[in-house]
Amino acid sequence: MAELTYRDAVARGIAQEMARDPDVVFLGEDVAKAGGVFKTTVGLLDQFGPVRVRDTPISEQAILGAAMGAAMTGLKPIAEIMFSDFLAVCFDYIANEFPKSRYMSNGQLKCPLVVRTGNGAGSRFGAQHSQSVENWAMMIPGLKVVAPSTPRDVIGLMAAAVRDPDPVIFFEHKSLYAVKGEVPDGEIVDALGTARIVRPGRDATIVALALMVPRAVEAAERLQAEHGIDCEVIDVRSLVPLDTRTILGSVGRTHRLFTVEENPRLCGWGAEIVSIVADEAFYDLDGPPVRITTPHLPLPAADTLEDAVLPSAERIVDRVKRAM
Amino acid sequence: MARIEDRAPATATGDAPLNDDIGEELRLRMYRMQVEIREAEQRAYDLFLQNLVKGTSHLSLGQEAVATGFAAAMQPGDLSFCTYRGHAHTLARGVPIERVLGELMGRDIGLMRGKGGSMHLTSAEHGVMGSYAIIGAHLPIACGAAWRAQYKGARDVSVCFFGDGTTNIGAFHEALNFAAVWKLPVVFVCENNLYMEYTPIGDVIPVEHPAASRALAYGLEPILIDGQDADAVYRAASAAYDKARAGGGPSLIECLTYRYSGHSRADPAKYRPEGELDRWKERDPIKLYRKRLQQFGIAEAAITAIEADVKARVDDATETCKASPPPPLDIITTDVYADGGWAWRN
Repeated sequence: MAELTYRDAVARGIAQEMARDPDVVFLGEDVAKAGGVFKTTVGLLDQFGPVRVRDTPISEQAILGAAMGAAMTGLKPIAEIMFSDFLAVCFDYIANEFPKSRYMSNGQLKCPLVVRTGNGAGSRFGAQHSQSVENWAMMIPGLKVVAPSTPRDVIGLMAAAVRDPDPVIFFEHKSLYAVKGEVPDGEIVDALGTARIVRPGRDATIVALALMVPRAVEAAERLQAEHGIDCEVIDVRSLVPLDTRTILGSVGRTHRLFTVEENPRLCGWGAEIVSIVADEAFYDLDGPPVRITTPHLPLPAADTLEDAVLPSAERIVDRVKRAM
Repeated sequence: MARIEDRAPATATGDAPLNDDIGEELRLRMYRMQVEIREAEQRAYDLFLQNLVKGTSHLSLGQEAVATGFAAAMQPGDLSFCTYRGHAHTLARGVPIERVLGELMGRDIGLMRGKGGSMHLTSAEHGVMGSYAIIGAHLPIACGAAWRAQYKGARDVSVCFFGDGTTNIGAFHEALNFAAVWKLPVVFVCENNLYMEYTPIGDVIPVEHPAASRALAYGLEPILIDGQDADAVYRAASAAYDKARAGGGPSLIECLTYRYSGHSRADPAKYRPEGELDRWKERDPIKLYRKRLQQFGIAEAAITAIEADVKARVDDATETCKASPPPPLDIITTDVYADGGWAWRN
């Protein structure tokens, strides 16, 4: 067991898979010599060499297209898109190419690749470098979508994503890169489609993702200490496949549902979870489900403004307390 | 501007020898393929008029020599990346006619059992790694397949076909730069049929040739060839494949050609100047090649036998497709994910 930052876990996760499988290759802008603009891939070039770890031009379509062509023909590429906001300039691959080639070809073509990308707010970068866009990927049939919240999950879910035979969009949260966590020694391999109950509780279920997980846990501790409300916190981890069993099971015990989403409100993943619970567990509920989200706004840059729009532990405490 | 056909051995000049660089067997094969594409595309159009081909279709009538020459120069294992105007390139890799027409007709016998349609013809076993209907999308994808070949030390070449209009989209420029910088074994083939959908290509480019004039920007040799002459196409293709296999990196080849029909089935192509189509038909690739066969001394009976055989095969394929049932509804939910199904939740 060692303590590792989420940032260092990215490099360890990639290294674990590259060491295991010579068909795993890694490409992106400034990922090799520079070790990544967020220093998430430091050491990979030295360890695996310039044939397997490759710097690219600023050409997001070429990066994702090349990853797809390599994946179709036998490699297992990991491609980095520096900021998830930039998925918009190569969205054809995310929306039209990766997820549809297998279906349109009636199973003749395959697309086993991982796109990892820096997602989320907290760095005061403004509206085009701070978004949480996991719902952009979630809405497309044929993709798998994961977003780890801990260093351990970065490694385990990275392994699961690389070993998965389908295209996986892997959202790393930029504001978690400096966070440390305990990571077991040796190989770590997780399963996609598994949520985790990070704090058991009896009174309410709070479902969160990525940076919102530690905030939900902090809120749950305060709700317990200050208001005697015992919340269960679920880290969704994987939006597709979605572990609805864990969520429905929790709501069946607590009878209350809250979602905490960093994405802007409309069509956020929490809406899908609320819809599933309303369809399938309506009579388990003792009150209306509550979505706690970033308002439907572009993100402002200034620290005070950005802090005011993201769901905070305070806001979670307040919304849960008022609803209960 | 380099014109590869100028460097090729003399051909079709009256008494050129039969054992030139192309040879009789290959020439007959290329003639057969051009006729097959012509007949199959014409049949696709007829079937559309009979409401048996649904959706859209983009025909390569008039452009047969490009698909034929590039495919004929390929080796097994080489990979084709096509566009929505991809029937010709798919047939040229040896895919059975009924699998192509069947897909256009939405029948179970179709290459993808009706799940892809006319614009997405794919036959991995023949090296047809998909037909791509988002302009430019497949140029980077072909780069990736070529990267795999480079990485694995494999000798196959990835060949990527697209139209003149594609040279104005970002993915074209990203892919050309990427392939040149990484020295990838990929061949980019621009079929310049003079029209970007309904608009003359000259109206939307600031240079004379949509692909060839831009090659130097990527450190590549400008190559402009006669896309109506299958021999010229074959020679240009062979040179580019040899270069790619030898580690010499990518090529960009612009083929001057012409489409006889509109952009898609919805387009009557009324924007063309009067007489343009007739002028191009004087250089019809099949007419031109038929004459060349005669110049090389191929007997008229041998030529007409090929034509009759192809027509019979297209007729047979048509009947086979008409007899094929629609695909079963249970395939709607198959092959979304690699486990064969479509489940998005646990």
